[in-house]
Amino acid sequence: MADRPRIKLPKEAKQGEIIQVKTLVSHLMESGQRKDAQGKTIPRKIINKFTCEFNGKPVFACALEPAISANPYIQFDARVDEAGTFKFAWTDDDGTVITAEEKITLKA
Amino acid sequence: MYARYGSLVVLAAAALALSAFGTSGQEAERKGIPAPPGHVFKTIISGYEFRSKETRALQDDDLENPGFLAIERAADVWKTAEGSEGKSCMSCHGEAETSMKGVGAAMPKWSERLDKPVNLEQQINICRTEHMKAEPWAFKSQQLTDMTAFVRYQSRGMPVTVKIDGPMSPWFEKGKQIYYTRVGQLDLACASCHEQNNGKFLRADFLSQGQSNGFPTYRLRDQRLIPLHERFEGCMFDVRAVPYTPLSDEFLALELYVAWRGIGLPVETPSVRN
Amino acid sequence: MGAINRRQAFLLGGGFVALTMMPMAANAEPSNDAAELIKKFTGGKEAASGKISLDLPEIAENGNTVPLSLVVDSPMTADNYVKEVLFVADGNPNGGVATLMFSPLSGKAEASIRIRLAQTQNVIAVAKMSDGSLFTERKTVKVTIGGCGG
Repeated sequence: MADRPRIKLPKEAKQGEIIQVKTLVSHLMESGQRKDAQGKTIPRKIINKFTCEFNGKPVFACALEPAISANPYIQFDARVDEAGTFKFAWTDDDGTVITAEEKITLKA
Repeated sequence: MYARYGSLVVLAAAALALSAFGTSGQEAERKGIPAPPGHVFKTIISGYEFRSKETRALQDDDLENPGFLAIERAADVWKTAEGSEGKSCMSCHGEAETSMKGVGAAMPKWSERLDKPVNLEQQINICRTEHMKAEPWAFKSQQLTDMTAFVRYQSRGMPVTVKIDGPMSPWFEKGKQIYYTRVGQLDLACASCHEQNNGKFLRADFLSQGQSNGFPTYRLRDQRLIPLHERFEGCMFDVRAVPYTPLSDEFLALELYVAWRGIGLPVETPSVRN
Repeated sequence: MGAINRRQAFLLGGGFVALTMMPMAANAEPSNDAAELIKKFTGGKEAASGKISLDLPEIAENGNTVPLSLVVDSPMTADNYVKEVLFVADGNPNGGVATLMFSPLSGKAEASIRIRLAQTQNVIAVAKMSDGSLFTERKTVKVTIGGCGG
């Protein structure tokens, strides 16, 4: 079952334009506070880090705690000085990393 | 003596604050559609109108709407072959956008073969077991809820159109009876809250008309898509009644009746609710 | 005490519901490590008010998913930008919510996330600028628990 992150940003921008980037990823964000039917605590398992780079340079990042809702939504801005590729990464507590990329071109 | 009056003043202020809140924002100007003649409501109003502006904003944007994670998953599953026949949904139905348009808006629909109404979840499993020779998906499973939402999403924006006449008639009457019957320790019927008290607070809950046009819906509380019969179950739990079983005849009848109470409302799947 | 009349009964009933919605917890002492987290972030330095616009609903539709938006007033140039913003919630089991890391390439110091709030409480944002200055803003969010639907 492919669980691709959902990302929205413009396909092109004027040089120097500040664009809005919206991201949404499927994840339970198990807080570590819940108990199962037997009363045992369900262990914490969340996405604890999100990073966004553009052409290899860091744009925006965040460290997340269990107080972030399931299916984390992260929206931020980016200034587009040149055409290139945005790379996104979501890191799970267990070390797995979900990645995605989006390209953007410059308007003439 | 005076202490008692003092506390009454505090409570009076609180009560005023409560009633002020209750009438602010979500007041009688709620948008709805005129009901057809003979309907229980004068204006039929979607649950969307009863939620906060922040919640509505989540539904209004397809990227911000968490329900779309399910839509994307199911869109992939639609094309994936499963079962001993080696077929996918696509093998028979082609592109869902075309073949499923309008289907979700007309559910539940009458099945000649089974001699009873059938809803989307049941129809999906009928396709899986009979045509794909695949295992049926369990009710409340992510796969079944995803696919139900995906199919209903193809009717998004289209009016709910459900048939209640002919062979559906006794099921409609049964659903109506369930809707108006008080149950549980709290001795409440669906109508107690959703017909007599919509637009008011039940403790901390703001009551809607209890429409089903947005189901399966992404509930902020559960942080996932919830199918309609799970919500029926939850409501019955909440009045301390023993719930009917999801996909039972009782809930089928109730689904049919509740769909009629929302006739003409646009399908909003995947909606966002509390 | 005697029988209460209808007016008193109404006020008592309505008042009780309202009281469950009043930000009692917000006036109480923070019940978790929020204050320590802020101290760690600021190094004990005072944070000034201003520059931060923190947008949260007054009353959360549901405490499990509360939308939060932030705008910090800053030119976001290489020598004057918002480096980090810490969010804490002082009534949750744990105070930490998130830390946002901006760069001049962010263009604007704006972001939106969705958070969980276990009860009525304060959400506090602390912004650390590239020159080391600190700013803070807080909002109280009323979270109602119970009712019927959850």
